[in-house]
Amino acid sequence: MTQFLQTLTDGLTVGALYALIALGYTMVYGILKFINFAHSDVFALGVHLSIVIASILGIKALGDTGTPPWYMGALVLVLAMLACGAIGFLVERLAYKPLRSAPRLNVLITAIGVSLLFQNAGQLPWAFGVSPRAWPTLLPDGELFSIAGVKFRLVHAVVLATAIALMLALQYLIFKTKLGSAMRAVSFNTRTAALMGINVNGIISFTFVVGSMLAAAGGFLYGVYYGGQMKQTADSMWVMLGLKAFVAAVVGGIGNVRGAVLGGIMIGLIEFFGVQYVSDQYRDAYVFAILILVLLFKPEGVFGKATVEKV
Amino acid sequence: MTHLIEQARSKQPSRLVGVGATLWPMVLAVAVGLLMYLLVGPAIGQFQSKILLVIGINIILAVSLTVVNGFTGQFSMGHAAFMAIGGYVAAGVVYYGSLKLFGDMNFAGGRLSHVGAADFVGPLIGKGDFLFLAATLAGGLFAALAGWVVGLPSLRLRGDYLAIVTLGFGEIVRVLLQGTQSQIQPWEAASLGKDAPVWKLPLMLGGPQGFNLLPTYTTLYWVWLWVVLTLVVVYRLKNSSEGRAFLSVREDEIAAQAMGVNVTSYKVRAFTLASFFAGVAGALFAMDIGAINPTDGGFQRSFDIIIMVVLGGLGSISGAVVAAIVITLLPEVLRDLAQYRLILYALALILMMILRPQGLFGVREVWDLALFKKIFRRGGDA
Repeated sequence: MTQFLQTLTDGLTVGALYALIALGYTMVYGILKFINFAHSDVFALGVHLSIVIASILGIKALGDTGTPPWYMGALVLVLAMLACGAIGFLVERLAYKPLRSAPRLNVLITAIGVSLLFQNAGQLPWAFGVSPRAWPTLLPDGELFSIAGVKFRLVHAVVLATAIALMLALQYLIFKTKLGSAMRAVSFNTRTAALMGINVNGIISFTFVVGSMLAAAGGFLYGVYYGGQMKQTADSMWVMLGLKAFVAAVVGGIGNVRGAVLGGIMIGLIEFFGVQYVSDQYRDAYVFAILILVLLFKPEGVFGKATVEKV
Repeated sequence: MTHLIEQARSKQPSRLVGVGATLWPMVLAVAVGLLMYLLVGPAIGQFQSKILLVIGINIILAVSLTVVNGFTGQFSMGHAAFMAIGGYVAAGVVYYGSLKLFGDMNFAGGRLSHVGAADFVGPLIGKGDFLFLAATLAGGLFAALAGWVVGLPSLRLRGDYLAIVTLGFGEIVRVLLQGTQSQIQPWEAASLGKDAPVWKLPLMLGGPQGFNLLPTYTTLYWVWLWVVLTLVVVYRLKNSSEGRAFLSVREDEIAAQAMGVNVTSYKVRAFTLASFFAGVAGALFAMDIGAINPTDGGFQRSFDIIIMVVLGGLGSISGAVVAAIVITLLPEVLRDLAQYRLILYALALILMMILRPQGLFGVREVWDLALFKKIFRRGGDA
């Protein structure tokens, strides 16, 4: 029972992390109808940029005694989000915008190009280099409380609280503000939205910025949760993480913001329970087994609704 | 009415032509293979022959991916995974087949399969060569089967789902291969190998260390034989009614469906065929190096093949060949810029999509270009 609850806690926390990344995929898909392959690399950039920002702010790597005050961690998070938001804006303007009327396959290829560019540029000696980088100590690694033997660490609380706060903020943005209703309108029908006087290009840029900021937050929280050494930007683990988040978006019904959150949590739980109760070796295989099952039986996603493609 | 039937019958090629059309590519393939192996290889030296061999393998990979990504307009990102499947199956057949048939895992081929032909004394074709040919076919067929299984669920949906599924499939293949048991080493042939049950052998593929110490059979002969076969099959496919159906799926799925093309079925066929040739390339690759690793199916390699196909022009066979040659040679030329190589490729992809989205050649072939026609004075009806 203790084991079960512990797995539940870990799965929920990592699931919230997946949900943050899945939101970026699903928002871009909702508007532009293409898979932003470079999203997982923005996530990896978020991790590495957080390390760089922390070191600029004077926060030392693991091994030094003491931790900085909490607002320093928050500052790192905000700066990393701003940096990745700016990168997302530039990518959209330079690479995707010229292809607005091109076939979807071309946009997909461009996204792969952007992804390759980030992975390999990140490995250059003047960028992040090829050796793993240590995550700085931002939080004391303390046990917050434990109920019936289930350890609830401080990082669990921070990751969950930050993720939930960001998701609530996004909910508010999309469903309660004017900007949000413009985003939904563009996603529903781009042409009609343009006729209604909505600045479609501006909304698309804004969506990319928000998605990239969420990916950066995901990267930051990933570092906080796992700590230790962060692998180089071209390591396949980042692509793998991005793929899991994408599967979460598909499971939740791609284009569906609430579905992405539920899908992320579902994928996190499935992965952790699979590892705990079946086998550790096939950790990455469960998620794709789920993807193939969903595509076979309910391609519109568990929480999505089926659409018919019309001429 | 009878008049029309007569007319149709008179236009139908005789059976002899059909047999010839089946046979001449094989004769040509053997001839080109022999030419490459006996004349070109020794003439250009050992290092250059090695590059020529890798170029051949990359041509097979790029041209086969053209069928999926170019003709049908789907997007597979796991081509290397099918290559790894073919490589592992072929390696298993050759390695354990040698053990069970010949008693040990040593090289049992003839001169055609011997790297460095000059110093080899023996027959042109050995018993091991038949095993190698069977292994290559088995590798291709297994890869095709895997392609069919993967393609069936994902190709019912739009193209970008295939990209994700194949990318994930590549990772699953890697994980599964890493989970295999360690291989029976060549020096254990007499002890462990003697009484190992046959059904257990497919599980002993080396695990994370890779499948090593394979006998090497791949020479310029085998590679270029398969290059010619791949090119002939794909070229004929492009110009057949089947190929037209592929292209129609790419241009407009809904219109193709309205014209009676079973879209999913054609996508799956294209994907299965491409997987077959990827598997063949994997077999050649494994038996060239003498080893194959679970990471050989990873996406770094898939990306390389995608770059060849996209730069060559999605749908152009000769474009894919040219791009495969250039992309194989580039790292040799740009040794000093090794760390910038992939960055250059990435920028090339992005710029290509903005400036020339159809790739260097588009769907056209090299011989359709005006310049080429001018030089060779081929028909002026362009």
